[in-house]
Amino acid sequence: MSEVKVIIGIIMTAVLVNNYVLSQFLGICPFLGVSKKLDQATGMSIAVIFVMVLATAVTYPIQYFVLNPNDLGYLQTIVFILVIAALVQLVEIILKKYIPALHASLGVYLPLITTNCAVLGVCISNVDSYLLENAAFGSSFVHALFNAFGSGVGFFLAMVLFAGVRTRVERCNCPACFKGMPITLISASILSVSFMGFAGLVENLLGLG
Amino acid sequence: MEVVIIAVVVLAIIALICGVMLTVASKFMAVEQDELTPQVRECLPGANCGACGFAGCDGYAAALVADPDLPVNLCVPGGASAAEQIGAVLGRDVGEVVKMVAEVRCSGTCAVTRPKMDYEGIESCAAAKLLFGGSGACIYGCAGLGDCAKVCPEQAIYLVGGVARVDTSACVGCGLCAKTCPNHVIEMRPAAAHVVVACSSHQKGADTRKACSAGCIGCKLCERNCAAGAITVKDNLASVDYEKCTGCGKCLEVCPSGCLVGLDVAAPAKEA
Repeated sequence: MSEVKVIIGIIMTAVLVNNYVLSQFLGICPFLGVSKKLDQATGMSIAVIFVMVLATAVTYPIQYFVLNPNDLGYLQTIVFILVIAALVQLVEIILKKYIPALHASLGVYLPLITTNCAVLGVCISNVDSYLLENAAFGSSFVHALFNAFGSGVGFFLAMVLFAGVRTRVERCNCPACFKGMPITLISASILSVSFMGFAGLVENLLGLG
Repeated sequence: MEVVIIAVVVLAIIALICGVMLTVASKFMAVEQDELTPQVRECLPGANCGACGFAGCDGYAAALVADPDLPVNLCVPGGASAAEQIGAVLGRDVGEVVKMVAEVRCSGTCAVTRPKMDYEGIESCAAAKLLFGGSGACIYGCAGLGDCAKVCPEQAIYLVGGVARVDTSACVGCGLCAKTCPNHVIEMRPAAAHVVVACSSHQKGADTRKACSAGCIGCKLCERNCAAGAITVKDNLASVDYEKCTGCGKCLEVCPSGCLVGLDVAAPAKEA
């Protein structure tokens, strides 16, 4: 089992099989709130990918080097929220100063992501799954980063797909009682059912255990 | 007890590091914001209607500060008072702001015209227009499905007898309806206009007559009788030059179809 294969497996699992929005039902708030227009959905998703990778890059070492040696695993949630919130603020300040163009396109979404459960979920699940490997810090950390990136891409995929679905649904002549949020929730559930079809895909495709 | 102390200390240290980091970052990487932009933004009404031609009030405020040649009177909903305030903030001369309101140039109610087919599709003028130019007998007229009413930020447009009408007291003159109307039936006119032509049909007189008994047939009686030369008939349709119009009301008397509507005329005018 080569390393590349493992990484491809991690990314595909995160994007398709364990899609954060459609299979694990995290990050539903932006999924329903910001998916009305395609450009907004894209902006939000790119910001999410960015923050997910960054948050994992920071919280993983904290868990590994600070919390676990001191038997403070139970402080995980509060520490992660604190660190992610501070991190997003810092990133916003840095972007505003040095890359105003990127700030103009991502800036609106960054504060929204601060307390996004999908971001926290990625950090916690990374820590939980990769620390179990008992591998050296280096390789498990890289896996966690790729998993975070894949999860972000999965969020992006779900957002873009759903933005497309919603623009079609808005133009449809659906019964008045289903108009607005009800039909949106129903289409979200159908989209989520369709993602169930990816279960088992990665194991069989790449021959992973 | 020791466990608690360790937990509290670790958390406090992490929080302290985050706090110091953010404080330092905000000190050293603070972006100096233009102080004028928020001040100018305060003068604007915040309707984000886009009548000024910019993407919302923020866009106009930023453009005003950036471009010294940009007129300060582009905000229609804000009117003269907004222009004066902006002028005061930026220290520029204020031009005159003419209050504009929307006018639906169509009198084709159910009583005077008829549909040429039954339309059962998406409830939108733009969609209806795609099918043979709309369901009405007159393809220039108001389709009556209310696309304009949907975009109106002030809910100033309502439908009466299959034709959109504007509540001029509620209209802020943003012009969104005029941009939305697929038939370009809605025109922005000065609120102080005396006479408007309530028809947009460029068809020949006989064809207009067949489709709608209230349409402008292009007979030019108004053009000939207007002492101020404010009315011109072009492409079988009369149009009023609001600056020249004196509001004498002569045109209203001679118009055979009643498509001229008097709003504020000196002489007693017959109601169209």
